[in-house]
Amino acid sequence: MATTRTFRIWRGDARGGGFEQFEIQVDEGMVVLDVLHRIQAQQANDLALRWNCKAGKCGSCSMEINGKPKLACMTRMNSFAESETITVQPLKTFPVMKDLVTDVSWNYAQNKRIPKFQPRPRDPDGAYRMYQEDVDRVQEFRKCIECYLCQDVCHVLRDRHGREQNTFVGPRFLIRLASLEMHPLDTADRIPAVRDEFGSGMCNITKCCTEVCPEHIHITDNGIIPLKERVVDRFYDPIAMLMRKIFG
Amino acid sequence: MLNVSEIQTIDHDVLVVGAGGAGLRAAIECSARKLSTGVVSKSLLGKAHTVMAEGGMAAAMGNVDQRDNWKVHFRDTMRGGKFLNDWRMAELHAKHAPARVHELEEWGAVFDRTKEGLISQRNFGGHRYPRLAHVGDRTGLELIRTLQDHGVHSGISFHMECTGLEILKDGDRVAGLLGYWRETGRFVIFRCKAVILATGGGGKAWPVTSNSWEYTGDGTAMAYNAGAELMDLEFTQFHPTGMVWPLSVRGILVTEGVRGDGGVLKNNKGERFMFNYISERFAPETAATVEEADRWLKGDKTARRPPELLTRDEVARAITAEVKAGRGSPHGGVFLDIASRLPADVIKKKLPSMYHQFIELAEVDITKEPMEVGPTLHYFMGGIKVDADSQMSSVPGLFGAGECTAGMHGANRLGGNSLSDLVVFGKLAGEGAANYIEKLGTPPKVPDAHVTSAVRAATDILNRESGANPYLLHEKLQETMAKGVGIVRVKEELEQAIAEIEAHKKEAETLKAPGASQYNPGWHEALAMRSLLVTSEAVARCALMREESRGAHTRLDHPGESKEWVNFNCVVTRGPDGAMRVEKRPRPPGPAGLVAIANAKIEDLESGAVGADAK
Repeated sequence: MATTRTFRIWRGDARGGGFEQFEIQVDEGMVVLDVLHRIQAQQANDLALRWNCKAGKCGSCSMEINGKPKLACMTRMNSFAESETITVQPLKTFPVMKDLVTDVSWNYAQNKRIPKFQPRPRDPDGAYRMYQEDVDRVQEFRKCIECYLCQDVCHVLRDRHGREQNTFVGPRFLIRLASLEMHPLDTADRIPAVRDEFGSGMCNITKCCTEVCPEHIHITDNGIIPLKERVVDRFYDPIAMLMRKIFG
Repeated sequence: MLNVSEIQTIDHDVLVVGAGGAGLRAAIECSARKLSTGVVSKSLLGKAHTVMAEGGMAAAMGNVDQRDNWKVHFRDTMRGGKFLNDWRMAELHAKHAPARVHELEEWGAVFDRTKEGLISQRNFGGHRYPRLAHVGDRTGLELIRTLQDHGVHSGISFHMECTGLEILKDGDRVAGLLGYWRETGRFVIFRCKAVILATGGGGKAWPVTSNSWEYTGDGTAMAYNAGAELMDLEFTQFHPTGMVWPLSVRGILVTEGVRGDGGVLKNNKGERFMFNYISERFAPETAATVEEADRWLKGDKTARRPPELLTRDEVARAITAEVKAGRGSPHGGVFLDIASRLPADVIKKKLPSMYHQFIELAEVDITKEPMEVGPTLHYFMGGIKVDADSQMSSVPGLFGAGECTAGMHGANRLGGNSLSDLVVFGKLAGEGAANYIEKLGTPPKVPDAHVTSAVRAATDILNRESGANPYLLHEKLQETMAKGVGIVRVKEELEQAIAEIEAHKKEAETLKAPGASQYNPGWHEALAMRSLLVTSEAVARCALMREESRGAHTRLDHPGESKEWVNFNCVVTRGPDGAMRVEKRPRPPGPAGLVAIANAKIEDLESGAVGADAK
């Protein structure tokens, strides 16, 4: 059943902007991204937005829909009441480029700061052996599609301080660090950097990131908390501290 | 008056266009050869189409079935490609794929494991043995993230959200590329000694496709405009299983892994209809009964493979025939059932993104109900004609890798052979470009005149007072291709489609994008239409020329494979008058050793009666 729906879409750029209203026909089964495309084709050819796969696999169409960070391609229109006005705006944590497109380059800069994967040598027969139960956790983290919804919702990054000082990499990159730290083949030690450079201590486990993750990764419980524990074991375990004092 | 010296310039030794698996692997290779390497990508890094690949990456490692080796993989690839594949490419691919998989592991990829702790391999259509290294059903994401994370530490410069417009040449040789930044709409000249195109296919010319907006054939069209030869464009793969409902998700891919893991196709009478569509070529290696197919699935090595795992062209045609005969599902597809085949928790573990995709987009729980699926335009076997070993096109300094090139897959690609193609030939293209640069004398110079005309052609779209809507022209082209150049083709419809494409080309000259050049999707769409029209025309003209049915190209008026046509490719070039030319060109015969392997009975190949001396 086709219905006419009301969309309020933020239009503008770094200099400012505001909401523009659109009345648009919506058909059965549509997601928000379909509606935005229809608006783009019929009413606003230059409406800027990012998308790629349209199946929740690439993490491009991140935006805030009725105030919630979401992927537009995975937000079905029938999840809203028929009379509800849908408000769409760009991610709040990152600077606006145009309309629904934000400058997420800060995230790419963080990724580059993380020391690369350093594997141990291969087994004598040339293979690497790892067991499925040992890689399940790492695979969970590697499901991340880099939509940056977790970065968007994280209040440490939202208040800009963490971003501007580069003191906190945010949930996405903490789980990337966790995926490297828990990788059975990796030999590098990133634990001092996790504390000192990447700011594991600044996360106070409100789990907002986990709530918005479209891949349902347990970012806080399975990634950030174990990293914090490793930091604590290394630097704050009294017995280990004593041992280090005695044996250097 | 446009002053070329005011346009931003960036210098590299090599410029790679496209940041999917092939582009990233090529860039890593160039960078390892100490070349200044730039990568231009239309999207953000890590979002390229590779990310959508699901099922896996084919490589004859023999981890799950030790009988597997490169020769069997090569034979499967040739048979799947209906013997039109470039012999050397299929050979290189089968031989190099295992090393490329191991290399990814060394760079941090975490593939699913066997009980022994090795890389697990799954069954797929057309592959005789379980051969696909995979990560659940998100293998493409693993591949792209691994290459991305490795690449950012390799000294490569990434130029994100930048679109290529034209290859710039100095005489015959490549001298650079003109592009524009999507954010600002400003132009940029990349001056370089070699360009590697890794831009994928042109599936966006069809309304039902698994392809994203990026798939507008940019690299293929740029190569064509630069004078390079294109080949085999008539072979467009329709993946048999795309979603069909709701309409807004029509075309989104349902991985072949569902069938590899035991999923079966049924019509509205509940019949496993694929048993009625087993072609002569595959009959000796395909199960004759449901009972035999089920024994195979349980690991009985004496049983033969289920017909659901025939090659994609055969399955897609079968589904089309069932729907046409009135035995389809309510929304014009057929049923793909995994729910009755595996326990719910196993489905969620093996096919997590399929579960997710159907629950979220179609409100179907695939652990309880069958999926509705139908063919969707998925892949271009044809593209830029390149040399197998160096990956260089007919234009000196212009290379290609991955889906935008032709030859590797012949008339039909096997599932899983794409991800391996990307890394095998991405690496070779990087080597090819590095070797070319090593021997290059005086560095090329970018000609100003070409830049001026290209910039003007692009900005005209913004500057004209009024004109056609680029989105509507795109829709018209999609209608043309769906109607005239679909899964089954016939002379009169192809001619009609070509006439329509000619009209669309005229209209494309009058496109108008309202608004400024800053992040303007209407303008981007108008520019992409120029590429899409080149690739669409090439597909239609090649399809008209090839008077036989082979692989993904089915001509109702010329049923069956012809003995003559297996010896020819359709080669496309741009004539001096700007008009497209298609030539029926003889193929060089394959080397005797490879021909023997490809044609061998599987028993003879495995016993060593054939191919024992091939290394």
